[in-house]
Amino acid sequence: MFNTFDIVKGDLGTSNFTHQEVSKDLKEFFPATLELTLVSMVVTILIGIPFGIISASKKDKIADQFTRVFALIGVAMPAFWLGIILLLLFYLKLDLLPGAGRIDSTLSPPKTITGLYTIDALLTGNWIVLKSSIEHLVLPAFTQAAVTIGMITRMTRSSMLEVLGSDYIRTAYAKGGTENRVLYGHALRNGMMPVLTLLGMTFGHSLGGSVLVETVFSWPGVGKYAVNAITYLDFPSVMGVTTLIAVLFIVVNLVIDVLYVVIDPRLKYE
Amino acid sequence: MKKILSSPLTMLGIFLVTVLFLIAIFAPIIAPNDPLEIDISQKLLPPSMDNWFGTDEVGRDIFSRIVYGSRISLKIGLLVVLIAFPVGTVLGAIAGFAGGIVDQVIMRITDIFISFPGIILAMSIAAALGPSIENVLLALAITWWPWYTRIVRSSVLQIKNAEFVESARAVGMNPLIILFKEVLPNAIAPASIQASLDLGFVILAAAGLSFIGLGAQPPSPEWGAMLASSREILRDSWWAATFPGLAILWTVLGFNLLGDGLRDIMDPKNR
Repeated sequence: MFNTFDIVKGDLGTSNFTHQEVSKDLKEFFPATLELTLVSMVVTILIGIPFGIISASKKDKIADQFTRVFALIGVAMPAFWLGIILLLLFYLKLDLLPGAGRIDSTLSPPKTITGLYTIDALLTGNWIVLKSSIEHLVLPAFTQAAVTIGMITRMTRSSMLEVLGSDYIRTAYAKGGTENRVLYGHALRNGMMPVLTLLGMTFGHSLGGSVLVETVFSWPGVGKYAVNAITYLDFPSVMGVTTLIAVLFIVVNLVIDVLYVVIDPRLKYE
Repeated sequence: MKKILSSPLTMLGIFLVTVLFLIAIFAPIIAPNDPLEIDISQKLLPPSMDNWFGTDEVGRDIFSRIVYGSRISLKIGLLVVLIAFPVGTVLGAIAGFAGGIVDQVIMRITDIFISFPGIILAMSIAAALGPSIENVLLALAITWWPWYTRIVRSSVLQIKNAEFVESARAVGMNPLIILFKEVLPNAIAPASIQASLDLGFVILAAAGLSFIGLGAQPPSPEWGAMLASSREILRDSWWAATFPGLAILWTVLGFNLLGDGLRDIMDPKNR
């Protein structure tokens, strides 16, 4: 199909369907996926970590039970189904949010600087496009995040519980530390290590999940590109997407390994 | 046993999974209609006493389709785990027990598989093999075995220097017999818990692959394929999209709760 040396040079072959170089196709479709994945990761962190902390600090209380059930359902839910249901509700029934694509079809995309419509619209001061692109991001990003929120919440909870049971936390309380001070000043940083590892894995999960979510929302990213490619048995493109995602996955996990040292200086490699 | 009864979530898991198996086994008795029977005059009917979950775009009874779909999903889940679990376990046991170059080779091969997000790997394998339910099964089995290899290897490493293994060596037992008779039975628990969790995730992944057109093909009552065709009629029927998804949620949640419960019972540290 193609050989390893070509890949190293960035040559992924030519698509049988678009008749363009696969690397060129990917360059065109990837920013959409990146934008969606980044936003959904931000949503995951902003919701998942606080939920996990609350759940751990109120162990076995109502808030904890509620969060755990919520997280369990999130993990077990088919994301593509959630997407369809959200579309049905917020687009077809309530008509609150747009249903497909990255911006309204009547608008033209902002001048390409980063390829991320929200950032480009912001940089060029194009407020209408900015508003439209944010509206288009809400449903897909939330759909994509639903599963990872569940994963992160569960991991934060169990990691925080382990930390909260340790001696130095008892000491901190004994010294008269308030709950907030102990929780955020002492426990959080130590409790975040396993969560960070999982965030790397979730990033890969999100990239993989983009295949399904992009199909549901007709989001023009590499996931939808891959699904189209499969339908037309366009193997160079499928392999191109697979290679791209595997490389990204490895790079992100490498970055996370480096971040460990920033968070926990004890791990500094000699 | 007492621990199972004291955990409501584990009980819920057992309930969900038991009902699922019963539905799959007694599908012909439970389903009121033929899952493939087309009746255009009955198309897109909302849920009612006659059609509990409504009918789809060609008048098939959605409840009957979901009931029969449980057979497809359970079959995929069980077969994938039944292929991936033994393969992964044996390789992991050999890697951990033998060490050295054998360990290196096996573990680097698992690294290759694990460096791809699961669904992407399964997708490209299934695409290369051609869209069908058997190929999805194969693709998922190929994607899943390395995880068992990793888990079993680390359990084997933990106990391979235990005293009872030492003494088996001292009396001159064949290393292979030591591995499979003495070490493996004591190292298999964590991987089997993972297998019960995976049943749900395999079914979820298979539904996803069918959803993008790689697995079961219409008119098969596979849940993911049903969701895919429900997208065309979303405007006219909320029921065609809602119920197959709930069936998947039911299944995955059931196996997850069951697996979590098993882990809590077997490993008190995780509580």
